[in-house]
Amino acid sequence: MANRISAGEMEYAGILAKLSLTPEEQKEAGKDLEQMLNYIDKLNELNTEDIEPMFHVFPVCNVFRNDEARPYEGGRNKILENAPEKREGRFVVPKTVE
Amino acid sequence: MHKKQCGNGVEMKQYEIVIGLEVHVELATKTKIFCSCSTQFGGEPNTHTCPVCTGMPGTLPALNKKVVEYAVAVGLATNCEITRYSRFDRKNYFYPDNSQNYQISQLYLPICKNGGIEIETAEGKKTVGIHEIHMEEDAGKLVHDEKRNCSYVDYNRSGVPLIEIVSEPDMGSADEVIAYLEKLRLIICYLGASDCKLQEGSMRADINLSVREAGVKKLGTRTEMKNLNSFRAIRRAIEGEKERQIALLEEGKKVIQETRRWDDGKGISYPMRSKEDARDYRYFPEPDLAPLVIEEEWLENIRERQPELRDEKMERYAREYDLPEYDISILTSAKKLADIFEAATALCQKPKKVSNWLMVETMRLLREREMDAEELSFSPGHLAGLIELVDGKTISGTVAKEVFEKIFDEDIEPKTYIEEKGLKTVKDESAIKEAVRRVIEENPQPVADYKGGKTKAMGFLTGQAMKAMKGKADPSAINKILLELLS
Ligand SMILES: [Zn+2]
Repeated sequence: MANRISAGEMEYAGILAKLSLTPEEQKEAGKDLEQMLNYIDKLNELNTEDIEPMFHVFPVCNVFRNDEARPYEGGRNKILENAPEKREGRFVVPKTVE
Repeated sequence: MHKKQCGNGVEMKQYEIVIGLEVHVELATKTKIFCSCSTQFGGEPNTHTCPVCTGMPGTLPALNKKVVEYAVAVGLATNCEITRYSRFDRKNYFYPDNSQNYQISQLYLPICKNGGIEIETAEGKKTVGIHEIHMEEDAGKLVHDEKRNCSYVDYNRSGVPLIEIVSEPDMGSADEVIAYLEKLRLIICYLGASDCKLQEGSMRADINLSVREAGVKKLGTRTEMKNLNSFRAIRRAIEGEKERQIALLEEGKKVIQETRRWDDGKGISYPMRSKEDARDYRYFPEPDLAPLVIEEEWLENIRERQPELRDEKMERYAREYDLPEYDISILTSAKKLADIFEAATALCQKPKKVSNWLMVETMRLLREREMDAEELSFSPGHLAGLIELVDGKTISGTVAKEVFEKIFDEDIEPKTYIEEKGLKTVKDESAIKEAVRRVIEENPQPVADYKGGKTKAMGFLTGQAMKAMKGKADPSAINKILLELLS
């Protein structure tokens, strides 16, 4: 019943989440995740056969927008406002290819 | 089938290739899939963006109805089942071209599935199955700066609607792949769902390819190839990858399942560094979007609006117009061309003549102007008018070509134009006689040649007289007068 998350799994989760954790932090986060998995196991005890999975909390469907262009009133400056670095109207990020 | 021959003539193993395609098509909507930003191509960086398509926290996507209608239209035209209850899912990955850190796509309940289209192959007709079609959003564009060691991000393309058409692994050669892509391109263009331009990236094909020994049932390990933006690159990449995989197997090595990038300049592919090594997208149902229910009435409505597609059009042309098969295949190779053909023919009732103008002069001008047939913008009525003017001998064939170029470029009205420019054929026999007389005077040698029995000289003299008349004469009239004066 009790879930165990190995150090290797924690490292992999770190890579996926783009987090660099210290060994202590990995241990702590691992414990939290184990608890979450235990909780999920509890839900798994319920018999859900013949029950439609619920994907959305509201009983609505087909919420659409018409294909009409409306430029963002804030403009480009607003979009770039919080960028740590920008140049010529573009976001600047660390180089993504070798 | 690939056969390898040893130096001593001993036949080695035979291989066959198995290819499946993932084709991404940018839909021709005015706005993005989840926000009201324009999809227009080529704007200044980040000028077609808003908090939604730049992934700002707290924003919510709102689905563009037109995207669903286009996706369903493509599904119907490719014989798919339409999923009546469909949803979106989140595909998680970190990369700067994706500001949300996830892409909204469809994994569990794609909008269309289990379809297929028929292609022509060297061995006859063949069906290529379509596994599924799903809707998703495009990513932004990255530009790398080597000098400053950084990358720039432009999110204008982020959120542009895409459909991904996933085929079954039903193709066995580059020819079949290209036939499939051509067929798909024409279907989608006819529907108006996309302009499907490989070079400009509005249609992108990823190729999944594996090889196996002939007769073996089990599929070999496949690789995926990206970055193919022309039919030529696709053909070369398929040949290159086939050779590479066979060479590995011949050496007793294994093919590794990986994504490779085709470098068309160098003619080789490289394994791509996968997005931080982990191909673990942790899909889950998209909580920000309501499910999609395609009711019968809506589906019927979309079905009724489906235009006549190429195959049906070709059959109808063969029935309705007395045209060679070759003409029909050219005329229907672009929807715009077919539209002009039908409209002009309806006006002048001369299908073969309309066809000739479209197949010869129009094609020539399209090549010269480096244009696509879908960009044609002249009025069919002007072409029909031109045909009437030639048939009524109001203008000569030479003048007609000149006038057609004006119609092609500026959509002029031919009748007014020839009157303004004084291009009508000269019917006045004395004027023609005058011109012919001058030509005879000025060209004593060809005249002597003709009289000495060299009938070829006649063609030259007619040409000179036509030139003197600035093309505004009926060549048969010139010919008649020439014969008269020379005899
Ligand atoms: Zn937007």
